[in-house]
Amino acid sequence: MSNPENSQLQRTALNAAHRKMGAKMVDFGGWDMPLEYSGILAEHEAVRTRAGIFDVSHMGEIEIRGPRALELVQQVTCNNAAALKDGQAQYSGLMTDAGTFVDDLLVHRISPTHYFLCVNAGNQVGDFEHIDAHNNAIASVENNGGRYSLLAIQGPKAAALLQRFTPVNLDAIQYYHFTFGEVNEVHCMIARTGYTGEDGFEIYFAPQHAERIWDDLIEAGSIEGIIPCGLGARNTLRLEAGMCLYGHEIDEGTTPWEAGLGWICKPEKGEFLGRDLLVQQKAKGIERKLVGFEMLEKRIGRDGYPVEVNGKEVGKVTSGGPAPFLKKNIGMAYVPTALAKEGQEIEVVVRGTKAAARVVKLPFYNRKKSAAS
Amino acid sequence: MIQAEFQGVEMAYPADFLYTKEHEWLQVHGDSGTVGITDYAQHELGDVVFVELPKVGAKIKSRQSFGTVESVKAVSEIYSPVSGEVTAVNEDLSGSPEKINSEPHTGGWLVKLKLADKNELSSLMKAQDYEKYVSEKGQEHSA
Repeated sequence: MSNPENSQLQRTALNAAHRKMGAKMVDFGGWDMPLEYSGILAEHEAVRTRAGIFDVSHMGEIEIRGPRALELVQQVTCNNAAALKDGQAQYSGLMTDAGTFVDDLLVHRISPTHYFLCVNAGNQVGDFEHIDAHNNAIASVENNGGRYSLLAIQGPKAAALLQRFTPVNLDAIQYYHFTFGEVNEVHCMIARTGYTGEDGFEIYFAPQHAERIWDDLIEAGSIEGIIPCGLGARNTLRLEAGMCLYGHEIDEGTTPWEAGLGWICKPEKGEFLGRDLLVQQKAKGIERKLVGFEMLEKRIGRDGYPVEVNGKEVGKVTSGGPAPFLKKNIGMAYVPTALAKEGQEIEVVVRGTKAAARVVKLPFYNRKKSAAS
Repeated sequence: MIQAEFQGVEMAYPADFLYTKEHEWLQVHGDSGTVGITDYAQHELGDVVFVELPKVGAKIKSRQSFGTVESVKAVSEIYSPVSGEVTAVNEDLSGSPEKINSEPHTGGWLVKLKLADKNELSSLMKAQDYEKYVSEKGQEHSA
């Protein structure tokens, strides 16, 4: 359970470095990944108040190239990639022909003929096959997961830390934009993106440089309390920030409208997979909706627990657990649209006993609001 | 330190405690006993955020669940090493559940019991056996 050296699992270039640091390792979607180093609570707090450094090299990279690359990206995703400029990224959904999620992803436009997709680790093979199946030989599609290491440096001090290692002016990179440049003398794609609800960067580079960049960032950060963080904190941070996780809030049974992701679904851009059904669903109105809730008592509603209203099961918790920074227990769940209003009282069935909870606005945590208050 | 624990080195499991395979400990004082979870258990769980315990006066049975310890990631049932009546619960844990991580064998105790049957003690492991048990588990992991 703790430190399995399972040869079946895939490893990032930093696997040995994580083990050397005493990380607790887990099987995450077929990858042997660090769950935590110093503890999820300490790592979560570091990211909210200082910064944390994550190895997320398990994430997949798919590159689409050619004069008609945009056409293919537009056909398989629901957001409008035509709105992207060079050096800009957008959150999007890879759609089935029913308008549900094959995956969620980041689409980066490197040039008008080169799009770089960052996808979930466990989905990368399926995503690649899905995109390739809809290609019709109009573009080149490559599954390049093995060619990149990916580190996320996240938190209010992330920019200052990373700036010490790069001649690139990081202030000039706006949120959801990226550029190319050297970090620690290694050529990187430097993107101002993340999955924590904080400011931060994700850097993509060739795996042979991973240990040196990782070690140097960790050493430089340690003086300021910037620490390595595992997938445990990554999950509590994204949940607190109200972000969806594939396989929990979104999957092949959910549409962008239901998941509260209408802002990444643009039927007006023209034809794409599932568009007609999504237009129909929007016109008809959705029957269920993803909501955030907070527990009104100390017990913790967790993934998969039933949600009841007036003694009747109305949905299930998609992700639930402690919100370490907010010091509450929170979660997300699908409920019938009529119950998806702020303040709605619900009950989460915690191992056979009901615990009171209330629907609240998403996200639970917003760094801008929190900084203002 | 984490490495050392998994290699079974320098594990400080108090010699006067008895242990279960489910990683609870029992310290016997005459006809009563104190129950907690071991250092190995707290490390496996990670940061403890909530503990649910029975009330004073509750009768609990050996090998049956009498409460839960929840970490950020997981819920773990606590199985009583022995049968008995609860005479005290650790009230500190409702405000400071992290004591289970920082002091698993002392300040992080869960309940005190009046023992129903001292014959049950013979089925529990002594410290050296428990230490061997968890170090073998560690080796299984790294095999």
